Amino acid sequence: MSALLALDLDEATAADEPQPGAKDVLHGSILYLEGITVSFDGFRALDDLSLYIERGELRCIIGPNGAGKSTMMDVITGKTRPDLGSAIFDRNTDLLNLSEPEIAAAGIGRKFQKPTVFEQLPVFVNLELAMRANKGVWATLFARLSGEQRDRIDAVLHTIGLIENRDLHAGALSHGQKQWLEIGMLLMQEPRLMLVDEPVAGMTHQETERTAELLVSLAGERSVVVVEHDMEFVRSIARRVTVLHEGRVLAEGSMDTVQNDPKVIEVYLGA
Amino acid sequence: MLAALRERYPLADVIVLGALAALVIAVPILNLVVPTDSPLHISTFTVTLLGKYLCYATLALSVDLVWGYCGILTLGHGAFFALGGYAMGMYLMRQIGDRGVYGNPLLPDFMVFLNWPELPWYWWGFSSFPFAMAMVVAVPGLLALVFGWFAFRSRVTGVYLSIITQALTYALLLAFFRNEMGFGGNNGLTDFKDILGFNLQADGTRVALFVVTAIVLALSYVGCRAICASRYGRVVVAIRDAEDRARFLGYRVENFKLWIFVASAIVAGIAGALYVPQVGIINPSEFAPLSSIELVIWVAIGGRSSLYGAIAGALLVNYAKTQFTSFMPEAWLFVLGAMFVLGTLFLPNGIVGLGRRWAK
Amino acid sequence: MRIAFLAALIGAAAIAGSTAQMHADEAALGAAAEGLKSSNFRLKGEAIDQIAAEGSAQAQAVLRALLDGRLYITRATDQVVIAADGAQTPAITGAATGADLGSADKSDLKRIIINNQMRGSLNTALARMSLRAPDAAARVAAVESLFDSLNPDTVAMLREAEAAERDHSVLHALRTALALVDLESTNPADRRDALETLSGSMHADVRNRLVARLGDGADGAPIEPDADLRATTTAAVARIDRARRIYGLVETAFFGLSLGFVLVLAATGLAITFGVMGVINMAHGELMMLGAYATWCVQQLMPDNLEWSLVAAVPVAFLVAALAGIAIERGVVRFLYGRPLETLLATFGISLVLQQAVRSIFSPLNRAVATPGWMSGQWVINDALAITYNRLYIILFSIAVFLTLVAILRFTALGLQVRAVAQNRNMARAMGVRGGWIDAITFGLGSGVAGLAGVALSQLTNVGPNLGQSHIVDSFMVVVFGGVGNLWGTLVAGVSLGVANKFLEPFAGAVLAKILVLVFIILFIQRRPRGLFPQRGRAAEA
Ligand SMILES: Nc1ncnc2c1ncn2[C@@H]1O[C@H](COP(=O)(O)OP(=O)(O)OP(=O)(O)O)[C@@H](O)[C@H]1O
Ligand SMILES: [Mg+2]
Repeated sequence: MSALLALDLDEATAADEPQPGAKDVLHGSILYLEGITVSFDGFRALDDLSLYIERGELRCIIGPNGAGKSTMMDVITGKTRPDLGSAIFDRNTDLLNLSEPEIAAAGIGRKFQKPTVFEQLPVFVNLELAMRANKGVWATLFARLSGEQRDRIDAVLHTIGLIENRDLHAGALSHGQKQWLEIGMLLMQEPRLMLVDEPVAGMTHQETERTAELLVSLAGERSVVVVEHDMEFVRSIARRVTVLHEGRVLAEGSMDTVQNDPKVIEVYLGA
Repeated sequence: MLAALRERYPLADVIVLGALAALVIAVPILNLVVPTDSPLHISTFTVTLLGKYLCYATLALSVDLVWGYCGILTLGHGAFFALGGYAMGMYLMRQIGDRGVYGNPLLPDFMVFLNWPELPWYWWGFSSFPFAMAMVVAVPGLLALVFGWFAFRSRVTGVYLSIITQALTYALLLAFFRNEMGFGGNNGLTDFKDILGFNLQADGTRVALFVVTAIVLALSYVGCRAICASRYGRVVVAIRDAEDRARFLGYRVENFKLWIFVASAIVAGIAGALYVPQVGIINPSEFAPLSSIELVIWVAIGGRSSLYGAIAGALLVNYAKTQFTSFMPEAWLFVLGAMFVLGTLFLPNGIVGLGRRWAK
Repeated sequence: MRIAFLAALIGAAAIAGSTAQMHADEAALGAAAEGLKSSNFRLKGEAIDQIAAEGSAQAQAVLRALLDGRLYITRATDQVVIAADGAQTPAITGAATGADLGSADKSDLKRIIINNQMRGSLNTALARMSLRAPDAAARVAAVESLFDSLNPDTVAMLREAEAAERDHSVLHALRTALALVDLESTNPADRRDALETLSGSMHADVRNRLVARLGDGADGAPIEPDADLRATTTAAVARIDRARRIYGLVETAFFGLSLGFVLVLAATGLAITFGVMGVINMAHGELMMLGAYATWCVQQLMPDNLEWSLVAAVPVAFLVAALAGIAIERGVVRFLYGRPLETLLATFGISLVLQQAVRSIFSPLNRAVATPGWMSGQWVINDALAITYNRLYIILFSIAVFLTLVAILRFTALGLQVRAVAQNRNMARAMGVRGGWIDAITFGLGSGVAGLAGVALSQLTNVGPNLGQSHIVDSFMVVVFGGVGNLWGTLVAGVSLGVANKFLEPFAGAVLAKILVLVFIILFIQRRPRGLFPQRGRAAEA
């Protein structure tokens, strides 16, 4: 089955051959989106979008409001089903056949644009629930935290600077702290692919820098996709940037390349 | 040291279980041992009334489990209570044997009256107590399983879910009113004689039923507490707060909702089964949407997602109901209505919330 | 001045003239009625013939009373009187004059007794009189009442009537009756013609008569000797059955439609508060109840104007329910926006209070709202299909209310603002829409429509404190089935549920039909949680 699928992909990539490293896409890419189209009542939020994320890559995605960035993440995480296209994770997992929990179990983690944490639960429990573990009904009913797991949670609490607030209800955190908590939950999930939607909104300058460091340090071991409007932040972390506009990829390349692309300038500065 | 003890055994839990233990010891003595003319004597009527309250408290626990912890506002939990009650009622009917008005050894009175030729298949086995008890658990549980499986899998949430739970109990109400269903129609099941060979009218049986009810309530409390304190319980709360988030963390939300719903339905069914022998009747009015929605207000008044709040609410509201319906029957619906309105407006966390605020 | 006086004089004379005529009639009737006092049955029979010859409405009343055993002679004054009923002390009226004579104890009255022969002639006489009734429908009814008692006398009468009759429907009934007679004819050609005529009928009596002719006589031989005619009879029965079945379906569909439109009416108000505002109002049923009670009160206030009271009740019910709704919104609901489950509970509490208030004020008993003349009766389309006017008017009323609402929401400034608030409360507020005011008005509008539904319901069921409760679950089902926030969805859902319910009833019985519909909706919602016509877009995701 998987061999068959790989063959198909081979042909597909060979057919429209956008980049020189097409063969590499198959072997090196962790996420493979091809021809994704999503429409809401005739309005195309994503229009024949193709995107390839390589293993260990840190990719930034920018684009004006409504470009379809969050919708793309919805497609990858199974929240929105596309009308057309294919989405393959780690070479042979067809994301379009999986439910949200299955996708999460497969190793994709997501931070939402609007920070969503479990407000009525303590910070510590938020992280505990995010932790990579068996998430079945029976398993959770009888789950006990091992000392090792406890240490791991505490370590993450240190990383995200919330060790003081470990027993506070998450609802009592500030906006920025909630952002951090969500990043922490992402860390606890230990995903192979992290989708991070607008992580630094509501953060102070120093916090933004720390986030940048954190994300950069994570890449390599994991693949990270960051959506951000904050250009300075993007510049500070990005090696490769994709510009989305009206549901399509407008440009892709290093930060400098895309910034000097006339199409991008037009979109951002307005015609 | 003290703090650790506190954490291990929270004060509220100790009070609830302690109070139930005290009742289990005191009530039999005060009813059976203390002479009737003593001011300390508790009449059998009162014992039964208390037993009824404790059944309601158990029912309230089950509602709190799904509404308070999982955020599923069920307006049909009375259906599970009633089904458990009917299962018990069927056993009690079979116990009557040939002592009914028509003296038919094979058929309950109402079937004789309706000229039923034989016992319908779904009545088979109810002469056996263990079988009936299995049904007390299985029937509400299965209904909850089937209903929940459909509802949660297709992500019906919020008020939609509330409305279809109401439709569920309403449909059952209409169904049980039908004589053709074979559950006694409008009149339901009544005129019970004895349970496990003990006369239901005897003081001793009444007291024993009370004790069993109190123990079941205590066990349900401990069970619900254990569920809520486990990681499963945390996930359920997480689902209530941010369902999508839980899903993206890899939890199969529908399964979590489903099993807590089933567990809750079973607790409700057991409460119903204990209720029927004490009040001596079960009829379709238990399926009425009004009864189900009343349960919700017990929990709301007591305070959601604390378990003991549900118990307190059930006792308080029902005590008020007993008082009002005997002294000022017209006023009761006004009071109940006012509880709904004022409770939601001014007591979002019930009396438990009020207590917590004072404590601070 | 003089002219006016003259006119008055002429008018007075005319009145006097007509009174004089009336007195003459009464005198004749009185004289004839005297004959009934005789104990001789022959003389009594003659008296009956005389009275029948009078032909007036009062004469008819006397004969009817005689047939029903309500015609008495007072022992004290030796007057012939009509008793209103069989009570111990019935109200009595003069037989000749119809004048009210108060009441009398049974022991003071002597009943005028009749024998079987007289009974037959009374029946015939009454039918004959009805056959001359001015109203065509009454004439048809008179003919049909004779289907069972066809004898040479009545046949002669029917033939006479046929010659004089102009009205199409009465002629049809007359020919059917005569064909029924011909069915017994010894001449096969006559029977064939009769079958021809009868196969076009849809009357149950005709069908039964035809079926009877297919059986065997007392001597064991077939009643219809001619095999060919037997086949024709079988075919005629089949044809009648088919026609009756088709019209039966039409009638079921009509019942379904009327039920459906009642549901639509009950649910549109809910569709506004629930669908447009996202507020779940459990007191909606009680607002309908208020509307129904308002109707009852209006009728109590204008007892002499029954015909108009229902029309007058429409605005009153709307206002009462709308004001109650606005009070609920301002007093409770507005504090709970964004917390749908709490709103549900609070409004449920309000519903309990309203129920109990009505119970305390108007008593827990049901109140019957009278149906005005123009709404009662039925429109008889043919023997198999009759449509009751009240249901017809309710359908029209629902459609009118529904279209008005759609128009308000679509074309008025208010409607625009309501839709704006529904889609994005904050944005609308930023654009200068006064959110609170719009909420109150919208809620009032939805509640007012509930009041209108109450007016309609008062014509179908008794008005009581439980009226709301018994309709609320259904209304919710309609809204949810149709798709929240979509008035057209509510229309389609209400009508289709109503029709489905009525079509299931013959097979499953009323209760089971309802259960089936409920179960269907429960399953349906689970397949399509957003109903038939889901609202799309981001707002729906929230
Ligand atoms: N469920 C939905 N129904 C209708 N339209 C939607 C839905 N979800 C997204 N859209 C539309 O799709 C387009 C893309 O939205 P998306 O949220 O992906 O943009 P974005 O690039 O993340 O923007 P932002 O930078 O503001 O977060 C927008 O025009 C949005 O209105
Ligand atoms: Mg976005």
